[in-house]
Amino acid sequence: MGTLLSVEGLVTQFITSSGVVRAVDGVTWDVEEGETVALVGESGCGKSVSALSIMRLVAEPAGRIVAGRILFKGRDLLQLSEEGMRRVRGREIGMVFQEPMTSLNPVLTIGRQLTEGLEIHLGMSPTDARARAVELLGLVGIPDAARRLRQYPHQFSGGMRQRMVIAMALACEPSLVLADEPTTALDVTIQAQILELMKSLSRRLGVAMLIITHNLGVVARYADRVNVMYAGRIIERASARELYAHPRHPYTLGLLRSVPRLDEPIRARLDPIEGQPPDLTRLPRGCAFVPRCAFRTDRCIVERPDLRPLNGAEHVAACWEVERVAVGGCPKVAMA
Amino acid sequence: MAVNPAIERVTDLEEVPRRSRGQAAVADFCRRRPLGAIAAAAILLMVAVALAAPLIAPYDPVAVNFGAMLDAPSAAHWLGTDSFGRDVLSRLIHGSRTALLVGFGSSILSATLGALLGVASAYFGGRVDLYLQRVMDIFLSFPLIILALALVTILGNALPNLITAIMIPMIPRCALVIRSSALSIREMPYVDAARAAGFGHGRIILRHMLPNVMAPYLIMVTAFLGQAILLEASLSFLGLGVQEPIPAWGLMLRGAAVEFAEAAPWMAIFPGLAISLAVFAFNLFGDSLRDALDPRLRTQ
Repeated sequence: MGTLLSVEGLVTQFITSSGVVRAVDGVTWDVEEGETVALVGESGCGKSVSALSIMRLVAEPAGRIVAGRILFKGRDLLQLSEEGMRRVRGREIGMVFQEPMTSLNPVLTIGRQLTEGLEIHLGMSPTDARARAVELLGLVGIPDAARRLRQYPHQFSGGMRQRMVIAMALACEPSLVLADEPTTALDVTIQAQILELMKSLSRRLGVAMLIITHNLGVVARYADRVNVMYAGRIIERASARELYAHPRHPYTLGLLRSVPRLDEPIRARLDPIEGQPPDLTRLPRGCAFVPRCAFRTDRCIVERPDLRPLNGAEHVAACWEVERVAVGGCPKVAMA
Repeated sequence: MAVNPAIERVTDLEEVPRRSRGQAAVADFCRRRPLGAIAAAAILLMVAVALAAPLIAPYDPVAVNFGAMLDAPSAAHWLGTDSFGRDVLSRLIHGSRTALLVGFGSSILSATLGALLGVASAYFGGRVDLYLQRVMDIFLSFPLIILALALVTILGNALPNLITAIMIPMIPRCALVIRSSALSIREMPYVDAARAAGFGHGRIILRHMLPNVMAPYLIMVTAFLGQAILLEASLSFLGLGVQEPIPAWGLMLRGAAVEFAEAAPWMAIFPGLAISLAVFAFNLFGDSLRDALDPRLRTQ
């Protein structure tokens, strides 16, 4: 399998009244064909901006992609004309948004929203597009498609709307789907259904997926590889299995410790990551995680660590103290 | 035999909910806004009169009758005659055509163009928005009538020109209101989703955003209707609007008010009443519609 998408040294900035926000600060990652990759991190770490950068939908003029390359099937998306980019959006890269309640247009019928892309990108006749729409709704598990197509989004439940959004993303048979927090707005049982659906569709149709989430449970089950982002940078990357078994960055460790687990004895309290995420307009010279890190040393404050390969070539982490993290030194103790 | 129609109605299940929903909305509007309903009835009556003008007008509105000049209201001429012996009622009835044509024409055109500009301005944002808004501000700094007067002087006073002259000053007023609603729609994820689906700007503006500003659009159309009718009457009164012998309310007032206010007051009173009632009905209906469609706009 070849590389489908590779993001190289992407830098996206926003110019605000309080300074330049480095939302994405030189990230490099890739997605293989048919693979599911997760981008994990807390709010404001640059996950969504990464996805929007790939689609070139960063809100201009405040936001700007400053540097980097986004190679999709060998073409640099950043070099495409607006017209060329429009043919990539929806046709070759589909997108699933976070809020199914608001990512469907309330005044257009479900059928219209589903067929529009088919007619524009694939040049289908309205009749063919309709037939395909019925097929798509069936694919995402919405029964009675013919009747449903005449309905409006408000007549759909949250889970069904997200199914509909997935159907829209898959309509033109793209080779990559970007899912930006696809389940955040749904309740837990529906989350599982939607994720199962996305996973099975991605296998069946051979679509690669980028799942953007802050939910590590989602990652564990559905992602092949995981990129952990912090303050606009990738600080650790590994296969999902490896990351859960051997987190090597203190931030990843903190994330994992702050999730309740069923396979361990119940602890009275979860261990949160103390402190606040850094101000992206004034990133420190050294590692951005320093103020919240239990493993920090003097070196961390002055020198920023780059991603370095660990034991497995696939596992990389940006931390000077990977060895101490690996030993699993208890952050609580280290902090005292 | 009386059973059959009932059965037919039951089998027609698909149609029943749709029809009753429309009826329910109308019934609800009438119940909650009785004044609006009366205004709507008046407007419908006016439209009916305008459509059927040649059928119901007792006389030819331009026929001069020197045997019946300045007749007071009587059985033959219910609302009297003017200085050329033309029947005032017939001229009023035919004049409603001019009033409604100019009213609907200019208000629908201005609201539509204004909505397009407003949505485009909100959608593109940034510099496009800034420049468009400044141009709008320049237009807004003139009172409606001054701008309409200037335009009609430049364009001439044929009916299409009159509609244009009344329409143009109202465009920025509509664009301003529509832009503010469109700004909030611009931030909705479905607009981003449409962009992510690879749709062009024109398609997103026309197909995805415009239908979402339908409520303020309808409100603007009805709000402009009364204004446009008043403006047309004013222009005609000033002699810059519709020209003789075409029957128009403002024109009738102009001929009447100056010379015959004392000798034949009916010549001025009835067109004046027609203008007031029409404007009043449209404004009343517009207000009720605004309240019914969008409670948030009530304070504007």
